[in-house]
Amino acid sequence: MKTYILLLLSGLTMTSFAQNYPTGKSILDKVDDNMSAKTRVLTASMEIGTERTKRTMQSKTYGEGDHKAYTEYLAPAREKGTKMLKLQNQLWIYSPATDRTIQISGHMLRQSVMGSDMSYEDMMNDKPLLQQYKAEVTGTETVDGRKCWVVSLTAIIPDINYFKRKIWVDTERYVPLKEDLFAKSGKLLKRITFTNVQRVEGRWYPMSMVYKDMLKEGPGTRMTIQDIKLDTPIPASYFNLGKLK
Amino acid sequence: MMLKFLFKGLIRDKSRSLLPIIVVALGVMMTVLLQSILGGFLGESIESTANFTTGHLKVMTRAYNENSSQLPNDLAIIGVDTLKASLQKQFPDITWAERIQFGGLLDAPDSIGHTRSQGNVMGMGISLLKSEEEINRIDLKPRLVSGRFPTKAGEILLSDELFHKMNLKIGDKVTLISSGMYGDMAMFNFHVSGTLHFGINVLDRGMMIADIQDVRSALNMENAAGEILGFFTGERYDNKLAKADAKVFNARFAGSKDKFTPVMLPLAEMNDMGFMVAYSESIQSFIVMIFIIAMSLVLWNAGLIGGLRRYGEFGLRLAIGEDKHEIYRTIIGESFLIGIVGSVIGVIVGLLLSWYFQVVGINFGDSLKDSTFLMPSVMRAHITFTTFYIGFVPGIFSTVIGSMLAGIGIYKRQTANLFKELES
Repeated sequence: MKTYILLLLSGLTMTSFAQNYPTGKSILDKVDDNMSAKTRVLTASMEIGTERTKRTMQSKTYGEGDHKAYTEYLAPAREKGTKMLKLQNQLWIYSPATDRTIQISGHMLRQSVMGSDMSYEDMMNDKPLLQQYKAEVTGTETVDGRKCWVVSLTAIIPDINYFKRKIWVDTERYVPLKEDLFAKSGKLLKRITFTNVQRVEGRWYPMSMVYKDMLKEGPGTRMTIQDIKLDTPIPASYFNLGKLK
Repeated sequence: MMLKFLFKGLIRDKSRSLLPIIVVALGVMMTVLLQSILGGFLGESIESTANFTTGHLKVMTRAYNENSSQLPNDLAIIGVDTLKASLQKQFPDITWAERIQFGGLLDAPDSIGHTRSQGNVMGMGISLLKSEEEINRIDLKPRLVSGRFPTKAGEILLSDELFHKMNLKIGDKVTLISSGMYGDMAMFNFHVSGTLHFGINVLDRGMMIADIQDVRSALNMENAAGEILGFFTGERYDNKLAKADAKVFNARFAGSKDKFTPVMLPLAEMNDMGFMVAYSESIQSFIVMIFIIAMSLVLWNAGLIGGLRRYGEFGLRLAIGEDKHEIYRTIIGESFLIGIVGSVIGVIVGLLLSWYFQVVGINFGDSLKDSTFLMPSVMRAHITFTTFYIGFVPGIFSTVIGSMLAGIGIYKRQTANLFKELES
């Protein structure tokens, strides 16, 4: 969820060639207006399903703008006390078992976040979408009984994780309900579905999200927001390396 | 009686027997020596690979087997204790050892806990603390360069090259960053107790060996293991036996469609070892065939020269009424005796040399420094039951075949012209 918000919270400039539809920029701007907040504090559970087992984690995340986020894992016992800090394009992880803070970089960014279907790279990509993609609305489709704009994004920069994206945006509530991420070959790599859209402090928010790595078997990773507070003050110390230990 | 007569003839006329016996003895000696050395070298290479990587047999899940090059511990065997007990019951003559292979990053902290140096590691979790069985199996003792073997939980052995590259000291704390069994990022602290030099580039670049229980804690793999390796007790790899055992084991699960069902593979079906095993199995026939052909040619030639020298003798024998077949048979009989005598000498000398190379070995040492294959640094010959008899095959066959070819000339002699030939 956070990743998606980070990806969408950006100044967007784009044009659409589809005459009968609104432009991609206008759709994404409305999503931005609906969902963006100066700060957010959310408690969430992450249910990671694999072919063999299912694990549930609890975490609390503090976010400020697009580039600052601090997450502390609350459960289960093995993960309790694990903390992550993202500042701009840098990511640190603190493991209580080792009492070490390690910066995640290079190929480690491709690893999965706590065994979920999401990689650190997915989490780190906070560049505005329209700085990376050309967007156009290609039609309307129904997702979960809701009419959606289908926004297709094609990469305009090299060395990008997902060459194409397709986002289904609720035409009334301006909430994304589904997103597909594709490789350059056209192969579907990941699918994110957003459900349980609720009114939160005057905004529409999907309170549940399933992140599915399509190359892996298993049901994917379900993130459920249990509590969310928007535009609430967060002390600056939360976005400091000292907070990790 | 006839053989005694021929034998006496050979002893009295040394020009008839000495050269062929020397040729046969040399050929047989080479056959025996090559069989024992090549058999020994190939066998040792196969055993090294078995001990380090494949076992004589390996049990994995089907899914792990399909992706084994990626060391997919998320597809590891769960419930190792139960499966191992079942394997021990079903195959009591095989020793079973669980292993976990993994990759990761080793991070050394500075005094305030920040990263001082990092290096990529290829790790292996083996039973290090319970007994020395695995240490001896992998032959780690001669590879220890500094420090000591782990004596308590949390201690590891590291390749000496990486140890120096990361600027570490014995006893230093290092943090392993890897992937846990559930795909999560795993971090675990170890202390370096000793360093190893393998002499194999790929291992020296970044090998880390830890006790399997520590690796289980690090990678969240309680009672799990990527692989269970089976070793024939006190024996070298036996492909037929390994295949038969694997067939019996896999038949138990033939009806299962679960990708986590255990599957057993013989060494020959892993790590491209099939060619090595097939080569090892066929090398004896190959050596025998080469020596039969080579020695037959030499002895054919020797027989022709001998035939020329004994041209008069054969003519006289034919002239006084001896049957051509009879003469041909005596030539074959003589060659048979030469073959036996030459083979006995060749086998004795060959066995003595083989024994020397079995005991002392040949140290390849530095020439294997950049090898990407797991090879023992000292190669030894290996004397088997076959070594004792293999030399007789080319020894006797080549002399007999050589004489048979050389003796054909007898049938070309015209009885009517014999006296004329003898006069000239």
